[in-house]
Amino acid sequence: MTAALMNIVLRVNGEDAAVPAGLHDTLLTVLRDRLQLTAAKRGCNQGVCGACTVRIDGTTMRSCLSLAQACEGSEVTTLEGLETSPRLKALQAAFAAHGAFQCGFCTPGLLVSAEALLEDEPRPDEAAVRKALSGHLCRCTGYAKIIQAVQAAARSLSEVGK
Amino acid sequence: MSAWRSEVGAVGEAVPALESEEKLSGRAQYIADLYRPGMLHAAIVQSPHAHARIRGYDLSRALALPGVRAIVTGEDLDPAHRMGAFIKDEPALAVEKVRYVGEIVAAVAADTEAIARDAARLVRVDYEVLSPVLDPAQALAPGAPLVHEQSDRYARVFDAGTLGNLCSRTDFREGDPDAAWAQCDVVVEGTYQTQAQAHLSLEPCGALAEVDPSGRVTLWSANQSVFRVQANVCESLGLPMTRLRCMTPRVGAGFGNKMEPHVQPALVKLALKARRCVKLVLSREEDFETVRARHPITIRMRTGAMRDGTLVARETELLLDGGAYGDDSPGVLGYALLMNCGPYNIPHVHAHGRVAYTNKLRFGAFRGFGVPQVTFASEQQIDEIAQRLSLAPMEIRRRNIKRPGDVWFGGQQIHSNELAACLDVIDREMPPAAPDTGGPMTRGRGVAISAHISGLLASGAIVRMLEDGSLLLNTGAVDIGQGSNTALTQICAEALQVPVDRVAIASPDTDGSPYNWGTTASRVTYVTGRSVVAAAGEVEKKLKEHASQMMECDPADLELRPGGAVALKGVPGKAVTFADISGRAHWAVGGPIIGSHTWVFDQKTVDPKRALVLGLPFQQIGIFSFSAVAVEVEVDTVTGKVRVVQACSASDVGRVINPVMASGQVEGAFVQGMGYALIEEMVWDGGRLANPTLMDYKIPTMAEQPESIRVFFVDSHEPTGPFGAKSVGELGINGVAAAIANAIHDATGARLSRLPMTGERVLAALRGAERA
Repeated sequence: MTAALMNIVLRVNGEDAAVPAGLHDTLLTVLRDRLQLTAAKRGCNQGVCGACTVRIDGTTMRSCLSLAQACEGSEVTTLEGLETSPRLKALQAAFAAHGAFQCGFCTPGLLVSAEALLEDEPRPDEAAVRKALSGHLCRCTGYAKIIQAVQAAARSLSEVGK
Repeated sequence: MSAWRSEVGAVGEAVPALESEEKLSGRAQYIADLYRPGMLHAAIVQSPHAHARIRGYDLSRALALPGVRAIVTGEDLDPAHRMGAFIKDEPALAVEKVRYVGEIVAAVAADTEAIARDAARLVRVDYEVLSPVLDPAQALAPGAPLVHEQSDRYARVFDAGTLGNLCSRTDFREGDPDAAWAQCDVVVEGTYQTQAQAHLSLEPCGALAEVDPSGRVTLWSANQSVFRVQANVCESLGLPMTRLRCMTPRVGAGFGNKMEPHVQPALVKLALKARRCVKLVLSREEDFETVRARHPITIRMRTGAMRDGTLVARETELLLDGGAYGDDSPGVLGYALLMNCGPYNIPHVHAHGRVAYTNKLRFGAFRGFGVPQVTFASEQQIDEIAQRLSLAPMEIRRRNIKRPGDVWFGGQQIHSNELAACLDVIDREMPPAAPDTGGPMTRGRGVAISAHISGLLASGAIVRMLEDGSLLLNTGAVDIGQGSNTALTQICAEALQVPVDRVAIASPDTDGSPYNWGTTASRVTYVTGRSVVAAAGEVEKKLKEHASQMMECDPADLELRPGGAVALKGVPGKAVTFADISGRAHWAVGGPIIGSHTWVFDQKTVDPKRALVLGLPFQQIGIFSFSAVAVEVEVDTVTGKVRVVQACSASDVGRVINPVMASGQVEGAFVQGMGYALIEEMVWDGGRLANPTLMDYKIPTMAEQPESIRVFFVDSHEPTGPFGAKSVGELGINGVAAAIANAIHDATGARLSRLPMTGERVLAALRGAERA
């Protein structure tokens, strides 16, 4: 049955937000339904598809498997919060140029993981991209253009850095 | 992100998707992202039984839950109101009976989704359980329980032959298929079984209905056609079409699953009862269980050839599991039969089949629409004949493929055909011999060729010139992610010689858009594209009339000048801009400029002098794209596991409007076909789907994606197409399972007749091949 709501304070994209959350409410539900941060998508609600990926204290996590109340005191970053990341900008440009998305539903989650990958590994080889992103399901593209786009973004960032 | 700029036109250029910025920033809004003030949330009640009569409902406990606003059941519906693309057999939600596990029995609207789901669990339905029929062959046997008691009384749009559990039947004959077998030196025969595949668009189905003060409904939903949504909701609820407006947010992909209805009819009924805005989004499990899937088909096929490899005769018999409602099944059967020969000349053919009603979820449209199934059988038989005659796989194909001037099975004309050039690309890029790896791993290569149509049913376009000389294109075609907004904008920009950013594309809206049957059947670029060209042509004509008056010259002496002007031919300085003309039209002379066009594809499917057909679901369908696909696989002979190492495809899709988007269609279709070939299968435990989760139903990930998928488009120009274009959306999936099966045979000598070709099945086939 519906559990009682408690007010919790989440730090999302650098701002504190007081939101009501039930014991069983996931971070994804709170982000989407209470904070209207809808970049993270609900594709399976089971931690498989990767469309709900966000960063919690720097680590990429499935927000559908994270309980909102357990995230109190953590730093949550959604795709919306990465807006100013130069890595994200490079990825966005490369995804557009390479046709690395079609319907776009899996894309926000993929971009969160890809941005984290480029932070950890500025020039990932193809195997590293596949490994880092194989937890994201995409039914449209067949993945090849995503791999190409991530590598192209890495190249463009390293050229900027020179 | 928007560094790309074309000076003008842009057909043939890799224009990035118009939605790039919104989709890559996470701001794009899909159905689940829509919120309205005071909106209610809905949840569904699903049938626990495959087949049961509904004796009654007890809603008292559910209605007593605080926050519950309305509940609809079959008692709210008139049983006479039924929908269906071919057979009007389906109610908005279960009425009197349930016919599959997971069918929507009731829907609850409440203040929150949690309350709605809690209330849904409190809805009591009194069922009288009936014997289910879960197998199509058993369904057609005498004495089988009837899924629909009086199916022959349903309204139908063609001669389907519906009776008892026979949903539809179709029979094609060309040449003299009975006598032809005597001319054959070699005949191969087999029975093939394909599986149910889940579409698995990452976005689950959902809808949002708003009721305005007059009681008129605006319905937003994940869909492939706002017009099919409107037709289905109105048919199933007995609602005049004037009372329903359908619109679309961004759609998180559709592969056929969102073309015909899912939750929209039940949700509209619920919103009308609550007189409130209500949103319903299915969970992944509900989506698996209630929406639709690719048809399992039992295929009996035999093919005969002469000693030199010339194909002579083919018999194809199909039995489709249609599930509980007709949906697109009759169309899939008819289309699979039309395409059963693939792009080969076979003079004597009998192709026939049936769709059976069973107590499973609907099987319906899914990328390929029956062609991946028949191609799996057909292209293996072509290889088998080649092997029996000691011909190379490519040699037998070259000998028998459709050449320019040849007609399609059934007799209709083919206008453009560069299939031979596709085979040349495969010869060049993927020679037949696979590298020898040694050890337990063995590699092989296989090829398959196929075709797909581009033209079917009605579309339209309205091109309006705005006051500043820019353009608004309105087609009603839903972009489901494949890129039609961008491609149609490129076509419009090219036709009027302006940069693409001078053209805005309107979002599909049944109130404001011209009719568009749907984003399905690989038809939008061709059918809607033709309307865009024609509507833009009307705008051009009006522009020239204005310009001729403004410059006091003959319209015949005028031409479009790139960038948005009408100019005197051969006189560089003499031109008027679109802005000048549109201002004149708006404020002084003639009125605002609008061009419009509608049409319905009208090339006959069958030439009655050539073929005899009973139960043809599509009277007018055609314009063929062609594909050849080759794969290299690696088979682990210890475990049976198959890995696709690399793939290469060559396609004739006419003129390519946008090369990056076109190759994206082929690559995506390949990987979806690879999942179909090797791993994906919906499995039933009795009447219940046993694997309705992503934990248990696996699709390919980046880890399984081949090392390379090389995509080529051969030079081609379809004379009837917009700037020469044909279709590309489905073509790429048709041959994938067959090519992989042929490659497995090349690697191991084993033939597989059942999909998916899992490690277990490959190992069993390997052991069979060793014994043989």
